[in-house]
Amino acid sequence: MVIYGVALLSFCMLAGVFAGDLLGELIGVQANVGGVGIAMLLLIALSNFSHHRLKLSPMTETGVTFWSAMYIPIVVAMAAKQNVIAAVSSGWMAIVAGAAAVAASFLMIPVLARFGGGDRDAD
Amino acid sequence: MLTDALVEVLAKNALITAFVFVGLLVWLSYALSRTLTRGHLHGSAVAIALGLLLAYIGGAVTGGTQGLADVGVLAGLGVMGGAMFRDFAIVATAFGANLDELRKAGAAGAASIVIGVVLSFAVGALVAVASGYTDAVSISTIGAGAATYIVGPVTGTALGADSGVIALSVAAGLTKSVLVMVGTPLVASRIGLDNPHAAMIYGGLMGTTSGVAGGLAATDPKLVPYGAMTATFYTGVGCLLAPSVLFLAVRALS
Repeated sequence: MVIYGVALLSFCMLAGVFAGDLLGELIGVQANVGGVGIAMLLLIALSNFSHHRLKLSPMTETGVTFWSAMYIPIVVAMAAKQNVIAAVSSGWMAIVAGAAAVAASFLMIPVLARFGGGDRDAD
Repeated sequence: MLTDALVEVLAKNALITAFVFVGLLVWLSYALSRTLTRGHLHGSAVAIALGLLLAYIGGAVTGGTQGLADVGVLAGLGVMGGAMFRDFAIVATAFGANLDELRKAGAAGAASIVIGVVLSFAVGALVAVASGYTDAVSISTIGAGAATYIVGPVTGTALGADSGVIALSVAAGLTKSVLVMVGTPLVASRIGLDNPHAAMIYGGLMGTTSGVAGGLAATDPKLVPYGAMTATFYTGVGCLLAPSVLFLAVRALS
């Protein structure tokens, strides 16, 4: 049943976000620490587990894969609701700070990817 | 009268209206990608860029803070593109992600989060110093804003920064997320962003969840779960480091 997949996905998200909030509380920051990341790990764990023991029916999987496929349209809607005008009209200092941070981070990717990525060509 | 009735139907069913609107926007974007760029710029990259452009126009017309979602009948965009559905869809992308890839890049991904926060903070702080800020609180708040637009105000509030400085830190973070969305597909091949390992490092270095979500969607949707996984830890780590260790470092240096 489709709803089983949707419910599984929803459960993972709620459990992950809750854990992220607790983690934030625990280390004393006013933010959710990795809630979505924990939810993703949970979904991966549960879906791998159920492949072996319970086996999700194709219909149940549809309940998850539909939302995965809605990802890009949702991101397009997210882009359309950004406060772009505040980013553009706040003066050059904020723009330079943001742009310089992006440039520096982009440049670091190939540097860091080399570490521990040596076995990448092996498989 | 007919238009009034139509507007009422669209406004009453705001989320459904948003589905139709985004559907049309995506269709138009893929058509533009095919005809104007002959597929070189991916359709979703065009759609995200158009979305940002429309958000600018929406903000200019309405004077609001929600981009196109402030335009009456398009209020549903705020729900569809809000954090709830965004995070829900991101979690869904993890279905089918390769557990071994995650494990292999785990350590490098975790390290990239800390390096990413410190790097963005340092660059933002340097820009603040170069533009004449001398007090450690303002410098740290702007540096934190260069991490993400959540780390900025959280840090500024914790340190008691001026509200104008907090607004600047939010703007720096917004600029970052917009640039990551637009810039990622353009530089992806040059920085080797074409495998799960690099995507996890990318997510950890960039950190802005919306920027990473948009940037990877426009580059290669298969990489989304790997980048999103590390990016979602970034803001938490930033909120932890910026008002504490990093602020103390700035104060010691200034």
